[in-house]
Amino acid sequence: MKILDGLKYSREHEWVKIEGNRAYIGITDYAQDSLGDIVFVDLPETGTSLEAGDVLCTVESVKAASDVYSPVAGKVVEVNEALSDDPSLLNQDPYGNWIAVLEISDTNAADSLMDASDYKAFCAGEE
Amino acid sequence: MKKTPLYENHLKLGGRMTDFAGWLLPVEYTGIIEEHRQVRSAAGLFDVSHMGEILITGRDAGAFLQELLTNDISNISDGKVIYSPMCLDSGGVVDDLLVYRFSAERYMLVTNASNTDRDFEWIKGHISGDVQAENVSERWAQLAIQGPSSEAILQDAVDVPLSDIRFYRFVPEMKVFGVDAIVSRTGYTGEDGFEIYVPWEMAAKVWDGLLELGRCRGLVPAGLGARDTLRFEAGLPLYGHELSRDITPLEAGLESFVKLGKKSFIGKKALCEQKERGLARKLTGFEITGKGIARSGYEIMDGDRKIGYVTSGTYSPTLGKNLGMAMLDINYCVPGAEFDVIIRNKPVRARTCTLPFYRKKYRK
Repeated sequence: MKILDGLKYSREHEWVKIEGNRAYIGITDYAQDSLGDIVFVDLPETGTSLEAGDVLCTVESVKAASDVYSPVAGKVVEVNEALSDDPSLLNQDPYGNWIAVLEISDTNAADSLMDASDYKAFCAGEE
Repeated sequence: MKKTPLYENHLKLGGRMTDFAGWLLPVEYTGIIEEHRQVRSAAGLFDVSHMGEILITGRDAGAFLQELLTNDISNISDGKVIYSPMCLDSGGVVDDLLVYRFSAERYMLVTNASNTDRDFEWIKGHISGDVQAENVSERWAQLAIQGPSSEAILQDAVDVPLSDIRFYRFVPEMKVFGVDAIVSRTGYTGEDGFEIYVPWEMAAKVWDGLLELGRCRGLVPAGLGARDTLRFEAGLPLYGHELSRDITPLEAGLESFVKLGKKSFIGKKALCEQKERGLARKLTGFEITGKGIARSGYEIMDGDRKIGYVTSGTYSPTLGKNLGMAMLDINYCVPGAEFDVIIRNKPVRARTCTLPFYRKKYRK
């Protein structure tokens, strides 16, 4: 399972990259692998305000729908429209295809999340 | 949980296992969409050993089945396979099954895994005359090879010309890799293909042999996920979705398998009455025109009026669209009817379309 250094990880298998007051959020390689072929991404609406742990969007595989949670609090300012046309991008390159960008007020919001080595251990425990 | 004889084979192939009707079976190996596409373009091999097999024998076996089932089996020949619903007095469906006629006094019923035990009890409860019923499900494993290359691949493993086996016919005794087998030209994918019944303990030999033989001809192992998307595109019903004890075969669009002209069968009175009255609801195909995927159970509305529900729905790999089958108020079962499917509390626009969604383009 691919895990990138420099990102922060949630227990729900989302990754977060903070750049200034923008948080890029996506799903991890572990997540896309468990979901199987992703055939639909129900992107969030820009302007939506979220608390940490709220549902960011729903991702659908052939067999089922799964919720993706926002690991940090913020306001959705950008969504990745490419995922509307080709949901399989999340399978092909989960780290290269963020789902949404949140504008955050607390730049330390990701501090409580796992770093790459903690997430690696967490995934090993999930098996 | 029960395991088929191919459980270890599935693990070795990287199969992602799930509980289906109490059996541990693979949902997918490399991916549902890839396996689905491979079946449509070359061939896929399915482990369907969880299906049930019930032998019906005796002097009155034919008459008994004629009473038990909605379809007409009275003048079929040895070597013929018939699809039939089996109904309650109310006209609802106990199960949909295949009937293999070996002789006038010997038949094999092939039942859905989720219903086998219940079907056997139902059958035993209705036996009259010189009829014996035997549940042989744990003696017979079943493999299905499906796709345009099926015949070419299987031919090298058998001792009879497969082109002699026409659609919905079977050979009661032949050898597949030297193993005694029953082979029918049947399937659940909308493609050409064969269903192969072998003794339980011989399944692995045939499974491994076919995968090896078919490797360079595009044969891949395929799981339950692809089995479902394939049958869905072909418009084939799945018990528990398009059929149930509360759905009649007429409502499910299976009128050609219900012979109301037969003198008698369980459910005939109710089905005749339903036909007389006219159906209030019917199974219809639809296409999502908005954004979203319809799933089994989702409500269908016209404005604030509920007009039906989704029986099955998915992303269709062959057509590249989100499609569904619904049990719909009869007034909406017309071309071009539009309505909303409620997906996670939001209305998503949809429009009826004809079934099946997919038909293979070659003749076999």
